[in-house]
Amino acid sequence: MNVSVTWFSILREQAGRGEETVEVEGGTAADLYERLKARHRLTLGIASLRVAVNDAFADWDTVLASGDRVVFIAPVGGG
Amino acid sequence: MSAVCFALSDRDLDPAVLRQEVEDRSAGGFVCFEGWVRDHHEGRSVDHLEYEAYPALCLSAGTALLEEAVVRFELRRAVAVHRTGELGIGGMAVWVGVSSDHRKEAFRACEWIIDRIKHDLPIWKKETFADGASGWVRCERCAHSHEEDATFRAAC
Repeated sequence: MNVSVTWFSILREQAGRGEETVEVEGGTAADLYERLKARHRLTLGIASLRVAVNDAFADWDTVLASGDRVVFIAPVGGG
Repeated sequence: MSAVCFALSDRDLDPAVLRQEVEDRSAGGFVCFEGWVRDHHEGRSVDHLEYEAYPALCLSAGTALLEEAVVRFELRRAVAVHRTGELGIGGMAVWVGVSSDHRKEAFRACEWIIDRIKHDLPIWKKETFADGASGWVRCERCAHSHEEDATFRAAC
């Protein structure tokens, strides 16, 4: 099954793309990040990040479902 | 008209227009905060900033935090708008305005809202310095440091 990942800010730059579709076999949001971290050589670890699934903040142990939209959120700094 | 409005904008903010969104006949006071781009950060000369936001989550979480502020501080209205895109020195990055029956709640609410916007909403700031160097604020230095990871978690 596929999920979509949208990248922002430093992660977008490091991943070299704004979005992508990723094939997953179940697994959690944390599992997906570890795979993509290795694939794109991302420098930020999970402890620095938050994750959103379908445009809402989610726990890292959320089990992903087909069609989910996932965003990994680097340390924020608005204002 | 709803009591709250949170928005992102890729255009210059107009405080006179935004102020009208907060006016309320039952309010006895209005407090606003404007965040401006300053020309220095940690001793370095800043050339410009760039803001990037995750729109869908910003709008839902931003609206929710304003609604929470209305209840918590008994506000009449609460409005916040954050810029995206590139801003030069002196540019207005964020505008927060609240109206309430009494001033004390309005002051407290305005500070609470801007703190929450800075800490909770998925908005990122990239600084470009006068010497041409650039980096994402709060992201670059924690890239290789578990100590910084812990600091980030503590701050949240």
